[in-house]
Amino acid sequence: MITTEGLTRTFRSGDRTVEAVRGIDLSVGEGELLAFLGPNGAGKSTTLRMLTTLLRPTAGRAIVAGHDVSRDPDGVRRRIGYVGQGDGASHSQRVRDELIAQGRCYGLTATESEQRADELLDALELTELASRKASTLSGGQRRRVDVALGIVHRPALLFLDEPSTGLDPQSRANLWSHILRLRRETGMTIFLTTHYLEEADTMAERVVVMDEGRIIADGTAPELKRDLAARSGIETPTLDDVFLDLTGRSLRDRFIAPSEPVAA
Amino acid sequence: MSTVTASAPTTASPSFRAARPTSALDDVRTVFLRELRPLIHEPFALIFGMVQPLFFLALFAPLLIATNGLGDAASLQWFVPGLLVMSTLFATSMTGSNLLQEMQTGAHERMLVTPVRRWSLIVGRALKESVPVLGQAVLLIAVSLPFGLDLNVGGVVLGLLILSLLGIGIGALSYTLALLVKDQDWVFWMVQQTLLFPLLLLSGMLLPTDDGPGWLRALAAINPLTYVVDAERALFNGDLTTAALWGALAAVGTAIVGLTVGVRTIGRSAG
Repeated sequence: MITTEGLTRTFRSGDRTVEAVRGIDLSVGEGELLAFLGPNGAGKSTTLRMLTTLLRPTAGRAIVAGHDVSRDPDGVRRRIGYVGQGDGASHSQRVRDELIAQGRCYGLTATESEQRADELLDALELTELASRKASTLSGGQRRRVDVALGIVHRPALLFLDEPSTGLDPQSRANLWSHILRLRRETGMTIFLTTHYLEEADTMAERVVVMDEGRIIADGTAPELKRDLAARSGIETPTLDDVFLDLTGRSLRDRFIAPSEPVAA
Repeated sequence: MSTVTASAPTTASPSFRAARPTSALDDVRTVFLRELRPLIHEPFALIFGMVQPLFFLALFAPLLIATNGLGDAASLQWFVPGLLVMSTLFATSMTGSNLLQEMQTGAHERMLVTPVRRWSLIVGRALKESVPVLGQAVLLIAVSLPFGLDLNVGGVVLGLLILSLLGIGIGALSYTLALLVKDQDWVFWMVQQTLLFPLLLLSGMLLPTDDGPGWLRALAAINPLTYVVDAERALFNGDLTTAALWGALAAVGTAIVGLTVGVRTIGRSAG
């Protein structure tokens, strides 16, 4: 579903050039739920932005859902769903209107868009909020709307960029129960970035850890934990232990890649 | 999170779809209608955008009538067309702040990942600006009619068309500004204070610039709004003269420049 070869992205910040992503090779199979982890500034957001066509790679290539992100970004966009870190629904729009407009963006007819919007409102427990403005929704409700917006067109691949950040435990559990149910029903591939390692541990079939622009670990959560136990002697390490062992304990907010391209 | 755990997908026949191709017109229409929805739900928002022009009509027009000696009807005939240009400018120049908010919250990014053509995100939004412009203009004309404004229907229709084009152009420039400044909201306030008011005063909207000093007349001559204001006055009097033609050209030019700059900017601002 996703294949990258030497995927690279550099940014110019003042006089210095920063290699945010340094030639990563990654492969994600159909139907996988992959957790893409890394400390701040590791390059995971930049990678995700390249895979979703929001940012052009400086070098290397990425094939997403069968289409090259540089040569055929439109082909990629027509096949992926995206739930970003921010609010996907405009604060001035009403929930159902925004879902219908999203359907129209993906080529659904007016009738199909309305039917699909109602179907998703029902599936994500949003029916009572259909005529509410997005600005009036709670954090958990907004994230459910964002997920609905991301899957209006029934994509084979869904990118979730820190979908549960800022939510209380109840809202997180509710959001994930919906995402996982939709995944069971559709079999869609999910590419997840998150800072909640227990999410990665319990949800993902595969965990990829990135740091300093490179992939430094790739495996299932049990495999990574077993590996750490063998190396360190910790009896029952958590994924947090694995993460800290791999990426260290120093703070990582020296350089955060800009959200928009600065230089190719 | 302990209550929720993953399990492998069970669906044997997934119903994945690639989005259907859309035409450029479809994309523009989708964006146009999306932008129009909030206004359809809350049409009274039009009134809030008219507060300043209404104040000018209520508080400045009587002063004008008292000082120019032309009488109520003739003064309004001169003043209201300029007021409509002012209303257009205020209604559309700050509209980029809506896009800025969507850029800051994430809604714009979500739209960038959809297959709609990126230029349609600017063109659809800018075209939508013609709706509040026309709505506010019609309301202002309606308010002025009881006080003696003479309605030359043909001229007014052409005048409204010119205002729509001007609104589309200024709206597109406002959206372009949002794309360029990203998170610096204060730039919109600065533009309003340092650019819009001087442009309005130099357009002769409030007082004629004909008797002003040479430098001021020179500045007025290079201000596109001057030609639009003159055109509106001519058309509201039913005069289809060269002034109307120059005003139409100024509005068309503003629309072309605004849309061109906007389309180029959104093309460069995203991958």
